[in-house]
Amino acid sequence: MDNHKMTWEAYRDIAPSGIVDLGHRISERLKGKTLLHVNSTRWGGGVAEMLHRLVPLFQDLGVDTQWDVIEGSPEFYQVTKAFHNALQGQAQVITSEMYDAYLKINKKNGRKMDLNADMVIIHDPQPAPLIYKKKKQSKWLWRCHIDASRPQRNVWNFLKSYVSKYDGAILSLPGFARKLNIPQYLVYPSIDPLSDKNKELTEDEVRGVLRKYNIPEDKPMILQVSRFDRFKDPVGVIESYKMVKKYNDCCLVLAGGGAADDPEGAQVLIDVENAAEKDKDIFILDLPPDANIEINALQRAATVVIQKSLKEGFGLTVAEAMWKGKPVIGGFVGGITVQIVYGQTGFTVNSVEGCAYRIRYLLNNPEFSKQMGQNAKEFTRHNFLITRHIIDYLSLMIANLNL
Amino acid sequence: MKEFTFTNCVEIKELTGKKADDEVMLMDLIEEASIDSIYYHMHSCFLRHFYIVGPYPNDFANWVVMQVRDRILAEKLSAITPAKNKNLEDIRNELVEVIDAHLSSIKANPSVISGQPFYLMKSRIIEIPTQIEVKNLAEFRDALAVVDASAIYNHVFEARFRVRKGRSDFAIWFEEVLDRKSLADKVEQVDSYMYSLEGLRAKILSLCDDELQLSGGKNG
Repeated sequence: MDNHKMTWEAYRDIAPSGIVDLGHRISERLKGKTLLHVNSTRWGGGVAEMLHRLVPLFQDLGVDTQWDVIEGSPEFYQVTKAFHNALQGQAQVITSEMYDAYLKINKKNGRKMDLNADMVIIHDPQPAPLIYKKKKQSKWLWRCHIDASRPQRNVWNFLKSYVSKYDGAILSLPGFARKLNIPQYLVYPSIDPLSDKNKELTEDEVRGVLRKYNIPEDKPMILQVSRFDRFKDPVGVIESYKMVKKYNDCCLVLAGGGAADDPEGAQVLIDVENAAEKDKDIFILDLPPDANIEINALQRAATVVIQKSLKEGFGLTVAEAMWKGKPVIGGFVGGITVQIVYGQTGFTVNSVEGCAYRIRYLLNNPEFSKQMGQNAKEFTRHNFLITRHIIDYLSLMIANLNL
Repeated sequence: MKEFTFTNCVEIKELTGKKADDEVMLMDLIEEASIDSIYYHMHSCFLRHFYIVGPYPNDFANWVVMQVRDRILAEKLSAITPAKNKNLEDIRNELVEVIDAHLSSIKANPSVISGQPFYLMKSRIIEIPTQIEVKNLAEFRDALAVVDASAIYNHVFEARFRVRKGRSDFAIWFEEVLDRKSLADKVEQVDSYMYSLEGLRAKILSLCDDELQLSGGKNG
């Protein structure tokens, strides 16, 4: 976690005109109100990373905001991992003992946590049963970060009995909506333009990373940043690259991670290396999780960025590349279809051939490509930056607290 | 003289959990949807696309062309533009009639094959006053150039349709307070559905500049 001092004013020259003042105006209405976020871990994972960035900004805006985490045993986290997988549609066996362990840990946390706030936002399924501590005058929202649109039914029914007691749920994509008797709000995830992964870099810093990995600077770079996961279709990206290479000299960089601690990831990496057939212009980088500056530099050096996913929630790497003014070619799935306005901020594709054709099109039309990248950056500025994320949360507070 | 106060807005998007996978389902959804949903899908793409005009100016047409890939129906739906003499119920009826007529003529029900369903949503707008108050046209012009684009959405689309004033707040103020009817008429004649919010800002700014030039810099 990079630790620049986070202030709302720091975004004045980055966020859309007027939005910083808008944040001040909205937070004035929330004066004296308290906000509490609760999740299951302080470190590691996307939710904790996001809260580390959001909470200081709420506080800087004058909204009295706290963040607390529940404490669990290894058994509890095994159970919640199984829940997580079941909610995302993978078949899991959850025994009554596992349900009991899950509730027991939540009860224990509920007894010792101070959950008094005007608004409480509970993140993900792990602490969902804490709703039993809700006081009449406070408002509680359940923030679901995962794609629970096709969950294992018995697990969902169990969780639903708690979720239905909330004042509302917050989901990341329209397709994640469930049949619930409470309002379901849509709040897209966001990227932080001041984080290491997205902040401006000098040309020397970008070059330094290219040299570190021996990536040529004299030919266009096609880039995909993603874990080595079949759903990200890295082999499909190589096939597209090979089709492009017959017409345009270019190099391909596949930058990801996940191979070291995930057996399936390790197998995908082997498949990717086999598909690359030792092509000297294909660079496969298995990066550590904290390689934020490297990812940033690669995205800035790229000519075209690919996210050829076959299944995707909200593609943060798509937003990151768009923010760097790059045209993105994405698989026609999940959140990518929301992020890419076809032909304006990028292209969505359905096949290896479609991906190859659009890469060729962008390589051979640099002016069009540049304009598309600029559109992508502006679209991201308005829709997928942390400033919009904060405004969305503040608005939900105003709406739910009837201010 | 009554000042004009710019008011931003924020939109809270709500999912209804209802969706359509084909054109018949879309027609049924539109028939049963709350009026807030009709408004959301006909207008709020402007709030999502401050800079960019999508293929068509409403979500129904965009879904049909992008996901169902039925260009004929998409073109017909894109032609349904809210106008002064239509309320949101009229728009709902027109949408249903157009889809119904199209389905009758092609005798098939085009559906999504590899795309995304249409997710029915609705929204709630919260007004946030900016504390920017202007007394004359020159001040108005300068403020319009810098306010958050959501203020333009609020004073143009929200004022006309959800608040049912029938005209934009800008036109009302130009005519009733500044006594500049001709400028008010010109602003009302701008086809707002053909611009992004930033494009609309530029267009109204240019009309204000012309008016200020005509009046030889005379304010008020």
